Amino acid sequence: MPTDIWGLLGEGILQTLYMVLTSTLCAYILGIPIGVILYITDKTGICPNRWVNTILGIIVNLLRSIPFIILLIAIIPFTRALIGTTIGSTATIVPLVVSAAPFVTRMVESSLKEVDIGVIEAAESMGSTRLQIIWKVLLPEAKPSLIVGAAIAITTILGYSAMAGFTGGGGLGTTAINYGYYRYDTGVMLITVALLVIIVQIFQEVGMRIANRSDKRINK
Amino acid sequence: MIELVDLCKTFSMESGDVEAVKNVNLTIEDGDIFGIIGLSGAGKSTLVRCINLLERPTSGSVLFDGVDLASLSRKELLNVRHSISMIFQGFNLLSQRTALKNICYPMEITGVPKKEAREKAMKLLEIVGLSDKADSYPSQLSGGQKQRIAIARALATDPKVLLCDEATSALDPTTTHSILDLLKHINETMGVTIIVITHEMRVVEQICNKVAVLNKGEVVETGTVKEVFLAPKSAMARELILPKSAAVERVDGKQLLRIVFDGNSSFEPVISNLSLECHTAVNILGADTKNIDGKAYGQMLLQLPDDEASVYRIKAYLDSRKIRYEEGTLDAN
Repeated sequence: MPTDIWGLLGEGILQTLYMVLTSTLCAYILGIPIGVILYITDKTGICPNRWVNTILGIIVNLLRSIPFIILLIAIIPFTRALIGTTIGSTATIVPLVVSAAPFVTRMVESSLKEVDIGVIEAAESMGSTRLQIIWKVLLPEAKPSLIVGAAIAITTILGYSAMAGFTGGGGLGTTAINYGYYRYDTGVMLITVALLVIIVQIFQEVGMRIANRSDKRINK
Repeated sequence: MIELVDLCKTFSMESGDVEAVKNVNLTIEDGDIFGIIGLSGAGKSTLVRCINLLERPTSGSVLFDGVDLASLSRKELLNVRHSISMIFQGFNLLSQRTALKNICYPMEITGVPKKEAREKAMKLLEIVGLSDKADSYPSQLSGGQKQRIAIARALATDPKVLLCDEATSALDPTTTHSILDLLKHINETMGVTIIVITHEMRVVEQICNKVAVLNKGEVVETGTVKEVFLAPKSAMARELILPKSAAVERVDGKQLLRIVFDGNSSFEPVISNLSLECHTAVNILGADTKNIDGKAYGQMLLQLPDDEASVYRIKAYLDSRKIRYEEGTLDAN
């Protein structure tokens, strides 16, 4: 085991959190509007548009079907152009966002589909504009489900970030691969695995609690 | 005033076109409580959605105070919708907002200042009798309470017209009664025109002054509730009005007499007198009396004796008492 194991792991945790949280945030900044557009342009939506819906749908599906580890390598030129380097945690954020955004988009779309269609009809009958329906009805009504989705997204992105360890992505993934895989230091590997499990648990638990607390459909 | 002129709505399905509404012509005057009744699948909900253009009619027009709604720009249409409110069978409240905030929603989107909206919402809560539920979420309310909140929300923009799409169909009879009372009260005190979509005759009887009977997308009969109730012309109206008890099912083919009471005769012991004067026994198959427009109305379904002479006497007696009746055999319907 390395002498400064705790310093090493501490740094790994911080880098992992930085990558995961920033990527999730960026993925949602892209995913919410695209998810909303997919939802409203559907043929039963409030603003049906077959072309926009089909084209966006195809792009999202294409990106979703590329395995993360392949995407990570495939977009290296893009990452270098954007960040200037391809190693380290900041550089890893790029492929994480590219990979997570389509996934988040579908999560957002599915949360929106859970909103009672009658409520949207009621809002339409009251003379709401489309923007008012999105901001005041659709997103607030879907909020609890969106939060649950975010908890799932965050843990998936955490998994991706560990994979990025193979290309020097930084964070706990890199620590596990460098010590556990290349140096056969099983102890470090096990500790990083345990830490990843704990982090996933924390995100999942916190996410579910926030979702439950915000959901007014549940009687407390 | 709302006029529906040659209104048609056809849905194109993979299995072919479905004509949900066919050539409907109706005039709904200001202050009316207008019932549109029909069995499920008759096109009632589509028809009511055409009135505020939630469904675009395939042809024909909807005139609201003389203005053809289809000719309006989207912005103008949204404005018109502020004066045509709607309530639903499923209430459709925003589940993540309190009762008060739900009522504030239509005022929010029309730019009413927050404080003013709040005050008005409180006033509306008082009208619907739920002042103590301002901070409750819909999940904490009963069905009847939810519909009251929905009514308050619908009234927030001072609408001229209130569309009720099966608004009481999900409620029990007692709650239905109280919601209908509330609607009638709103019609009387605020002058809101109400259009009631329902499959239940008792809803029409309790609050409507006019009614249109819808069958397979077409209006088969229209008139005042009194006219239609006392002398239904269409088979569909008869079906909706006639009480269907189990006893009736068993007398297929027998001659039946449907006696209709108006406000006066229901206070007279008609059947007793009939029996005494005609020296014959009649079998009461079903009876129903109710309050329409403040007067007692009712009907009774009698099975006639087998001999012609008795039948003749009974009819003569009814004629002499000026009691309206209709003959029929049950399997004719």
